Amino acid sequence: MAVAPPPPPPAPPGPPGPPGPKAPAVKRHHWIVRLTHWTTFVSLLGMIMSGLQIYSAYARFGERGGPYYYNAFQDRQFPAFSRLGGWLAGALNWHFAFMWPFITGGLLYLSYLAYSGEWRSLLFRPRDIRGAIEMQKYYLRLRKDHPPQGKHNPLQKLAYTFIVVLGALSVLTGFAIYKPTQLSWLTALFGGFQAARYWHFWAVWIFTGFLVVHVILVFVVDPPSLRAMITGWYRGRFPSHD
Amino acid sequence: MTDRRGFLRLAAGAGGASLLAACRPILLDVSRLNDWVGEKVLFSPRRLARQYDVSERTAHLPSYFISPTTPMLKDPAAWRLRVDGLVRRPQELSLDDLRAMPRTSYTVKHHCVEGWSAIATWHGVPVSAVAERCEMLPGARYVRFDSFDSGYSNGWDLASAMHPQTILAYGMNDNPLPVAHGAPLRLYSPTKLGYKMTKYLVSMTFTADRPGGYWEDQGYPWFGGV
Repeated sequence: MAVAPPPPPPAPPGPPGPPGPKAPAVKRHHWIVRLTHWTTFVSLLGMIMSGLQIYSAYARFGERGGPYYYNAFQDRQFPAFSRLGGWLAGALNWHFAFMWPFITGGLLYLSYLAYSGEWRSLLFRPRDIRGAIEMQKYYLRLRKDHPPQGKHNPLQKLAYTFIVVLGALSVLTGFAIYKPTQLSWLTALFGGFQAARYWHFWAVWIFTGFLVVHVILVFVVDPPSLRAMITGWYRGRFPSHD
Repeated sequence: MTDRRGFLRLAAGAGGASLLAACRPILLDVSRLNDWVGEKVLFSPRRLARQYDVSERTAHLPSYFISPTTPMLKDPAAWRLRVDGLVRRPQELSLDDLRAMPRTSYTVKHHCVEGWSAIATWHGVPVSAVAERCEMLPGARYVRFDSFDSGYSNGWDLASAMHPQTILAYGMNDNPLPVAHGAPLRLYSPTKLGYKMTKYLVSMTFTADRPGGYWEDQGYPWFGGV
């Protein structure tokens, strides 16, 4: 028996730009950006997973005998699938090995931004505050039309600037824990050895939150941006932004 | 009935595990690179660790040893520290000999590789003073410390061993060194992680080749500096 095909779904209302495969392909990401994006992803994942294994060895924050900092995970272990290294020594070796691609990738990325001038379209500056508010209004449907933007909208600039700052803070708190005697000035800057461990642990949850939202936004708002981060070429709804 | 799904899961797990195991030699090479950075770039032979007030001491410092029970000497009076290897004058030092040598005391923070930290006071003789007494030879590049705790040992780079705050400690918190913390003599330094500080010392050997160590040989970072 023949069944009538369902009517095609209405085109989603959205910002201008022709959808589908007919959209013109534009070169979006330089190979250095793509390379460092994925090395950062892999090394960050490795650092988080080995970090959760390291955490198991002493699952609290504060000098011996207390008082201890507030920590919802105190004396708890993370599930085996989320840990890397098997035991403390293995986890430390993974953690300190991933440190190299994580830092090198970060420095290479920032050098590229500085050299190419692309930092201008990524760095969130005070003048972006008004635009960020307008963009937030659009997302909250308090404003109908998509505000005009460059390569990235002000909220994206805020996110991508923030995540670089978080990466730098993770590295710095990491060194404060790694060498609290040799780099005592750095350790003191974060409030001491145990405080530095605490902030280093917090960075994990902010990174995880960012990762979840980042991936959701890619798939919900702009799936072609995933291909752009792999091949460099973008064929999505926002070509005019380049 | 065969549990195919369970088998596949097991196979995937074993595949993943063997892939990770294959990374072990690379990880250990990177660990040696990190030891080099720790020793040659980040470590300063002159930078002193921060000292604390005795009122900041931690009430209870955890103690560790690898023997099933607390290692103890049958005849403490017969105990001697043997100092030999690449030295001109090998020594057999009693506790009284060591106490008669230059004394260093400090209240510092102890950093354990597990992540805990605690403050205590330590009293002892600098390793550099012992090196001077035995007339260390120019070929010495490392020091090996051995214990009577089931063969526990550590290898140290010479620069860390000669650091002014690296001591052979016979006292803790204004008292003789407790049995739980390595009596009669232990190595102490606020520039190293806890597992590098050999307790229950019996000998100290100056060597030209890098000595291993109990935890180091199992994969823990060899340099272990903080």
